[in-house]
Formats: sequence, structure tokens, C-alpha cells
Amino acid sequence: MATTADNFAPSAGHGGDHGAHGVDDHGADHKPGFFARWFMSTNHKDIGTLYLIFAIIAGLIGGAISGIMRVELAEPGIQYLQWWAEFMGGPGDLNTALHMWNVFITAHGLIMVFFMVMPAMIGGFGNWFVPIMIGAPDMAFPRMNNVSFWLTVAGFFSLLFSLFVPGGSGPGAGVGWTVYAPLSTTGSPGPAVDFAIFALHLAGAGSILGATNFITTIFNMRAPGMTLHKMPLFVWSILVTAFLLLLALPVLAAAITMLLTDRNFGTTFFDPAGGGDPVLYQHLFWFFGHPEVYIMILPGFGMVSQIVATFSRKPVFGYLGMAYAMVAIGVVGFIVWAHHMYTVGLDVNTKMYFTAATMVIAVPTGVKIFSWVATMWGGSLEFKSPMVWALGFIFLFTVGGVTGVVLANGGIDDNLHDTYYVVAHFHYVLSMGAVFSMFAGFYYWFPKMSGRMFSEALSLIHFWLFFIGVNVIFFPQHFLGMQGMPRRYPDYAEAFTFWHEVSTFGYYITAASLIPWFVNIVYAFTAGKQAGANPWGEGATTLEWTLPSPPPYHQFETLPVIEDHHDYHDHRPETA
Amino acid sequence: MAYTVPQTSDVSGKNARVGMLALLGALAMLGLGYAAVPLYDLFCRVTGFGGTTQIASEAQASRAAASGALREISIRFDGSTARGVPWTFGPTQPTDTVRIGQRDLATYIARNIGSEPITGTATFNVEPAQAGRYFNKIQCFCFTEQTLQPGEQVNMPVLYYIDPAILEDEFMADVEQITLSYTFHRAKEPVSSALDRSN
Repeated sequence: MATTADNFAPSAGHGGDHGAHGVDDHGADHKPGFFARWFMSTNHKDIGTLYLIFAIIAGLIGGAISGIMRVELAEPGIQYLQWWAEFMGGPGDLNTALHMWNVFITAHGLIMVFFMVMPAMIGGFGNWFVPIMIGAPDMAFPRMNNVSFWLTVAGFFSLLFSLFVPGGSGPGAGVGWTVYAPLSTTGSPGPAVDFAIFALHLAGAGSILGATNFITTIFNMRAPGMTLHKMPLFVWSILVTAFLLLLALPVLAAAITMLLTDRNFGTTFFDPAGGGDPVLYQHLFWFFGHPEVYIMILPGFGMVSQIVATFSRKPVFGYLGMAYAMVAIGVVGFIVWAHHMYTVGLDVNTKMYFTAATMVIAVPTGVKIFSWVATMWGGSLEFKSPMVWALGFIFLFTVGGVTGVVLANGGIDDNLHDTYYVVAHFHYVLSMGAVFSMFAGFYYWFPKMSGRMFSEALSLIHFWLFFIGVNVIFFPQHFLGMQGMPRRYPDYAEAFTFWHEVSTFGYYITAASLIPWFVNIVYAFTAGKQAGANPWGEGATTLEWTLPSPPPYHQFETLPVIEDHHDYHDHRPETA
Repeated sequence: MAYTVPQTSDVSGKNARVGMLALLGALAMLGLGYAAVPLYDLFCRVTGFGGTTQIASEAQASRAAASGALREISIRFDGSTARGVPWTFGPTQPTDTVRIGQRDLATYIARNIGSEPITGTATFNVEPAQAGRYFNKIQCFCFTEQTLQPGEQVNMPVLYYIDPAILEDEFMADVEQITLSYTFHRAKEPVSSALDRSN
């Protein structure tokens, strides 16, 4: 347990003019005992911390699985899968080995989407900073917040459990993160797929409750004077994300519940023999799935906006445009889903519509990219590590966005569908876009959350290794895809060997980049300097920088008041 | 500047209201997810989306025949069986040429080459997909389930016509042949035996 004294040190903490709003001088820092604090937590900062730790663990597991896949793909032929099949308790024959491949793909995708990116961005940073940034003492429903977290953990265990029970040709659910019927219905007997579906139910329920909590918090709990148009952009991004979660996840829940009943109770929602249609599952899945990809990136947009503004010492360029660009991306994100299904036999007019609608999304996204660049333009730039990660995000997300515009074309997609080009595209926007923004947010807020400064040098080494590593992994995958290497195969023709080797080499660099990260965390907690209330200087204009680092256990018992004449250039009250 | 937190009952009442509204929204989306099943079916039937054919009455067929359209169009017939259905199934003739608006009878032949009686049900569509809304069936073996005893062979008729409205559709102007396709599936077993998934 941290001592309460160093968490509440008014004289050490308060840099700058913005004083200690709401730091009450009695009882604000009283914490419950260890078990009650971490297992029955209702404190938004503690729950945020739990989410971040959970996401890091899940990310390491998901990342290790991608390592298994990259090592297998380093050369043509099947090298290690049979060993893995036996290791997981199945027979070591080829069929089981190939099933193991599907299981790894499925586990990697589901873990990274539902148990790494979403918990880190929404549960972790969202819980930590949305209440503080709007000047609220906590989330609207603290107990429900706790339920959300533990539902997510339970879902993760359900998914892990699925790896060890029969799923068709071997142990585990080998259905891809999309869980398409009929592979997931008649194609996968055994309880593994049921457990994987149940994992999605639990994580989905947790996210829906979380979204409800965020919406209520942001609508009802803003400090006096903190109007919607004065909220920091990170809060806007979480608000839009919460709405996407609320509207998209129930559709997934419906679709996978139909899968469950098709599997176990003889319904035929997706079975043509009983009048159903497997393509309907794809429509339902992607009606959720496309908003889901924005759920994974919008909070990153929000974080990058805060960081770029902070280290340019300028208010973000085009605040309202930035906020409503996210709203527009969220709205349009609901009407483009069939661009994931160009090859199911859509007629040409349908493809034309989905192509055009998809390209429309490039407009608000472009507004955001150019506004970040315009924020930096003429700014007093400081290339501290959060800023470097944010710049990496802007560059790599743009690359991923450009290949997205290519894939948006129904005609071109006929050729590139389900190839490594698609794999490269969505890893550029997620494993580089989303992950770079998460590391940017991590380094930006780490001093605030922990009260300790990390080593700038180590974080820059982390950045460069990671930047080079992921590009070496994924850039060659564009070439592989354009040459016809299909997704979801453990084996390939000789001709693809070279770029697969390069890609696997990139994985080693990326994995190595995590070492300086962990060393840095250990360094910060053991030898790191005490962080002041605002280590980033005058560019940091949101409310969390008015509190000591780490913030008191309960903040804002006296609410901060944002004056009427303030606009969105500064999200803090004027000093008393 | 000083501002005290309002009465907690106030805030929590407001919070409960917004929270309930949000959860209602989620519930509505869950309902919409299920509503998508009949709506998708209805959408396909009405628009002919994905090559879904239409069902016509005798009266509609007579009206279409009275239109006096002269253009002819080629129809190709296709038949197949799903995995695990031991039937041979196919059309008696691969193509036919029909006058638009006039009814035509096509025949498929199915034979059970397995050793047990099997009840099948046929799924169907036409290609190109945009022809679905003009392809009208008056009678079809696909409207009902078909049971074949071991070794039994039956003729399966389809009585259909092409809606003359096809002549006014610019997206159909360059279509010279429509493919009518059927796939026989084993009719879904009753729930009790479907639950037995011991394999």
C-alpha cells in the first residue's frame, strides 16, 4: 500500500497557478484495506488502474499468441503447430494442427479487441480521466463501474477456458473473431465455441454497463460551467464511443445469442436448411463490427488531441470541428458495415452505395488529421515522449487510413478481400494507430497516475524499437497481400517466403521493445522523481493537472467552477 | 466560486433517469437485432434482394400473359445438393427460352440414392441478383418439403413467368440470360434430435 502521506502533499504538488481545487483537507485520502480497495472497488481511479493492469496482462497474452503465429509463418510448411496441438491436449495430427492455427487467430483477435484495446482505452484511461476532466468526484454509478470491470475479467476467463475444451477438430474455438456461421454452428461441435460466445456476452454486458455509466457521468456530472462545448476532446471521444458501444454491442449480443441457439437448441437463424441465412449473421456481426473499429480508435483520437495541444502549447485547432468530426465518424460508422462483405454476392448497386458511404468517412477523419497538423503549426513544440508517440500515431494511422480508402472500393476489394493487404491495413490502424495512442496516453498520464516520473530516454528507446518493429512486421504484409497471400493460413507458397521472414523479424524487434517499457515502469516506481501537479507545463490545460500527482483518493469535494467567459481553450477554472 | 455539491438525492435521481434511458436504448438495439431476422426476410422478399424470387397468383400470371410482350429471354437451370444429402438432383434440360410474360414449366429430377428415406427442402435464388424481383413462381416444389424413399425418383415441376416490368428496368437491359438455381438441404430435424450432438 502506498502511504497516504505522499499522495496528499499540497506543498509539493501544486505547480503553476491552478490551485488545489476540491482537495478537501480532511478524509479525502482515506483508503479502504487492500481487499476492499482492489476487489470491491468503487473508486474510478482504482478501477481505471485495474483496467490498465488487466489490459497489459491480456495484451501480453494476445501478443505472445501473435508471436506463435509469426514464428510459424517465418518459413513455408507447418513447423510448430503439431507441437502446439499436442501441448494443448489434442492429437498431433495435421488436422488438429490446422485447427490450432484457427484457435490462435481467434484468441489473438478476441483478446486484443475485447480484452486489451477496449479495457485500456475506455475502462483504463476513460475511467481515470473522464471524471477528473469534467470536474466530477467520481463516475455516476461507482458500484456498476466495479461490475463492468469484473464482468470483463470473467469474460476473459471464459475465453481462456475455451482453449482447453473440445472445439471440433481439436481443443479451442477456431472460428475467427468474426465467429461466422456455419463454421461456428455446424462446423464446430464441442463446447469451446459456446465458451467463446459466452466470453463475448460477458465482456459485452460489461461494456454496455460501462457505456451507460460514461453517458450518465458526462451528461449529469459536469462541474458548474463545464458545458458540452467546453469539455476536453478526450471526454468528447469517450462520449461518442459510449454511444457507439450502447448501440452496437446489443446487436452483437443478439447475433451471438442466435448462434448459441442455432448450436444448441435447434433454431435455424443462420441455417438455410431451416429457412435461415448465414449472410444475415455477417450483416448483424458487421453492423456491430464496423462501429467497433471506431470504438477502438476514437478514444485514441481524444488522447492524441490532448497530447498534441499540450506539447504544442496551443489550444487544439478547430475544437468544434474536432468534436463533431468524431460525432460524424460515429454516425457514418453505422451505415457502412457491408464493406466487410463485398464478396458475399452483393449486387453492384449495393456495393456502389457502401463504397461511397465508406469513402465519406475519410472526410471527418481528414478533418482530424489536418487539425492535429494545424495545432502543431506555429506551436511551441516540445518533443517529449508522449508527443513522439502521438506523432507516430498520426503518421501511422494516416498510412492505415490510406489503405482503408483503397479497400473501400468494392471492385478492388474483390481482389484484396481476405488477403494480407487487409491484415496490414487493420494492423496499421489498430496495432499501430490504437496502440501508439495508448502508449502516448500511458506516458502522458503515467506521472499523474503514479506520482512518479519515468525515464525519458527509455521511453524514446521504447518508441523507436516499437516504431521500427511494427513497421517491419506490417509494411511487407501489403506486398504479400497484393501478391495473393490469403489471411488465416499457416502455410504458403515458396514465393511468399522472403516477406514473411522479414515480417517475423519485425516481430522480434517489437517484442524486444517491451523490455525498455517494463524497465521504465520499474525505474519510475523505484528511482523515478516525484511528479509535480503539472509536469508538462502551460500547454496542459485540463483539470487533471490542477490536482496533485497522484490525485487524492477523492477529488473535487468542492466542485471547480468554470467561468462563463471561458471558452474551450482552457478547461480549468481561473485561479482564486 | 464556492459551489457545494447539490443534494445527493437530486443527482442520483437524475443519474438513474439518464442511466435507465441509456439501458433502454441498449435494450431497444437488442430487440432490433432480433427484429432484423424477419425484417431481412421481408426485405429480400419485397425487393428481390440477392436474387430472391417472387411468388405470384394465377390471376397475376394471367395479367402478365395479357401484356403481349414479345421479347424472349433465356433461362438456365441449375440444381445441386448440400453436403450429406445422398440425392442426385438436376434439371431435365439445361436451358430454355421463354417469352416474357408467358408462363413456362420447367422440370427437375431428384433421385434418392441413399439407403434411407430423406426429407429435403430446397433453397433458391436467381442470378443476376437484380432479376429476383421479376422472376415469379406460380407453383414450385420448393414451396414445400419433399420426402424421397430409398431409390425413389420423382419429377419436380416449377411453373414460372418473367414479369413484363423487366422491360422497363434499365439495370436489366443487358441481361440476356437468367439462371435459376436450387440447392436441396436435409430438412431440419426436430429439436429433440438436434440437441443430441454427441459427435
